Amino acid sequence: MNAPILSVSNVGKAYRQYGSEFARILAWFNVAAKPIHERRVLRDISSDVNPGDAIGIVGQNGAGKSTLLKLITGTQRPTIGQIHVGGRIGAILELGMGFNPDFTGRQNAYHSAGLMGFSQADIDGIMPEIEAFAEIDDYFDQPVHTYSSGMQMRVGFAVITAFRPELLIVDEALAVGDAYFQHKSFNRIREFQKQGTSLLIVSHDRSAVQSLCDRAILLEHGKIIHDGNPEAVFDYYNAIIAEKENETVEVKQLSDGKVQTTSGTGEARVESVALLNSDNEPIELVNVGQPISLEINIKVYQDISTLVLGYMIKDRLGQIMYGTNTWHTKQIVSDLKQGTGLKYLIHFPANLGPGTYSISTALVSTETHLVNNYEWRDLACVFEVVNLDKGTFVGTSWIHPSINVEKE
Amino acid sequence: MKPLLLAVWRYRYFILSSIKVDFKARFVRSRLGGLWLIIHPLVQAATFALVLGQLLSGRLPNMSDNKLAYAVYLLAGTLAWNLFTEVITRCLTVFIDNGNLLKKLVFPKICLPLIVTGSAIVNNALLFGAILAVFAVLGYVPGLNVFWVPLLTIITLGLALGIGLILGTLNVFIRDIGQVVPIVLQLGFWFTPIVYTPDIVPGSIQKLMQLNPMYWIVRAYQNAILYDTALPWLSLGFIFLTSLALLGLAMTLFRRASHEIVDVL
Repeated sequence: MNAPILSVSNVGKAYRQYGSEFARILAWFNVAAKPIHERRVLRDISSDVNPGDAIGIVGQNGAGKSTLLKLITGTQRPTIGQIHVGGRIGAILELGMGFNPDFTGRQNAYHSAGLMGFSQADIDGIMPEIEAFAEIDDYFDQPVHTYSSGMQMRVGFAVITAFRPELLIVDEALAVGDAYFQHKSFNRIREFQKQGTSLLIVSHDRSAVQSLCDRAILLEHGKIIHDGNPEAVFDYYNAIIAEKENETVEVKQLSDGKVQTTSGTGEARVESVALLNSDNEPIELVNVGQPISLEINIKVYQDISTLVLGYMIKDRLGQIMYGTNTWHTKQIVSDLKQGTGLKYLIHFPANLGPGTYSISTALVSTETHLVNNYEWRDLACVFEVVNLDKGTFVGTSWIHPSINVEKE
Repeated sequence: MKPLLLAVWRYRYFILSSIKVDFKARFVRSRLGGLWLIIHPLVQAATFALVLGQLLSGRLPNMSDNKLAYAVYLLAGTLAWNLFTEVITRCLTVFIDNGNLLKKLVFPKICLPLIVTGSAIVNNALLFGAILAVFAVLGYVPGLNVFWVPLLTIITLGLALGIGLILGTLNVFIRDIGQVVPIVLQLGFWFTPIVYTPDIVPGSIQKLMQLNPMYWIVRAYQNAILYDTALPWLSLGFIFLTSLALLGLAMTLFRRASHEIVDVL
């Protein structure tokens, strides 16, 4: 194993307030002056990042994600603990930072690259590549104030990623620009990763994190409360953002090693989930395209006015294949008394590619689980899709083609 | 200290490019661009020359026969004072103005005051050029002592940078400083013999004025550009040593404060 590219040990950060600023200045010179107030935003953060690792940082607003990134990039210093970085850090925090609107894209690119500490010769060498990657043609030599915000971000991204860093930090900024440029940016990041760049990604976008990262860290109130595979971390995160009074989050290790997360206030609960074939027999192995039914039994534990059932099919990485709820299908059940049982039968063809899939269920009052979350259950049911009679294909969807070939 | 110097060396391209950008930015949207920086002090000097010229031109020692003397006197003082105030006022807000950059990107913070210094040198050189051009038009030829001006520039810069860096660092934490300094500079302008000659003030106040380092620097500029006499070397040497001490203090303060600057921006 190589030495970690980034090693964070017991890091804490506190913002200090002094009775007066003079006291702060005295404190620099070791004259005893106690801060009257310390706001601790991070505590006991320890983690190592090895070359090529990709780690997602997840957490609610104010959990300390940005502060942690600032400590890692070095714009701020930890109050206690050590951060050791073994290479150059590139940070995509705010694209187009410090661009002067009166100068051309090229001049700004030179300036920004200079700000990253590169010499003129380095920048001269890489400039054609920056220009080519940004793909904004003649605009590159026009003043930046004539740019659209997307164009500005293109130049910004091209400059920041012009030189491959050992550690690339991406903060939310990936959802910029048009679909084409997003793909291009993602490709470049993946390319870097292949060449050994480690990634640190802060995002609320589950699919972005799950497609790039092999590990995720969940921050809450300045502490790491979960560190594991992105799917489990996101399930847990999902559970805590719905967390309210009287709500419980329950994490259960399933027999196959996966982690099932259940959360909610418990007015209604899923009693059983089963996947049935057309003969109503429970199955775990499903053929591509086979018609199947999902049977969900629910019990109401307290009187509730409305009940909506939602479900999602996720692949092994936790990417959502499909999901909907009975609010969207206009099948809301109203005025449920304590003790009522409900049975939902959902029929659909398993138009999925070969692989393992899981089903998550949600019992809520409206279209989202953020209002009333009675119960949210991840990995409620797991099944495997196998290709028994279709021709070979790749991907997670079964999109039946008919191909015509004509010789002319 | 050594890592700091190394960082500056590594960022030399950025520093130079920033000075260039600073300069070019003035020309992008205005016709006269950077010329405004020269026009400003020149008009100020011309105003004083017009208003006070009759009153003071006879007061200049050994220059009663020279009609241009007062104008030259004014310009010499302006050249010194302008450099001094530009560096101080810009250092004062340099960290606050670049707060967003400091919060988002990692680069040696010390680059910022260096960029300010660099661009002040460029501006001052242009002003000096313009003043020489005015002299040429007026038909005034300065003596050989004028070649001391670059050395005087360095001494002035050292003093201004030392004071500016201390105030700029403190201003991040105590914003009142940013309000007080312009007032003090305004008073300083009138407590320095730029528009008047020192002999018109009473002797006791003159003694007091000599505690002001800019008193000696302005006098030295006047000696170099107008009187063509030897500079007050002893005082200048003392000021230079004081500047070094101030710079040392500034660097200590800056390095202690450095990691808290971003916290409070």
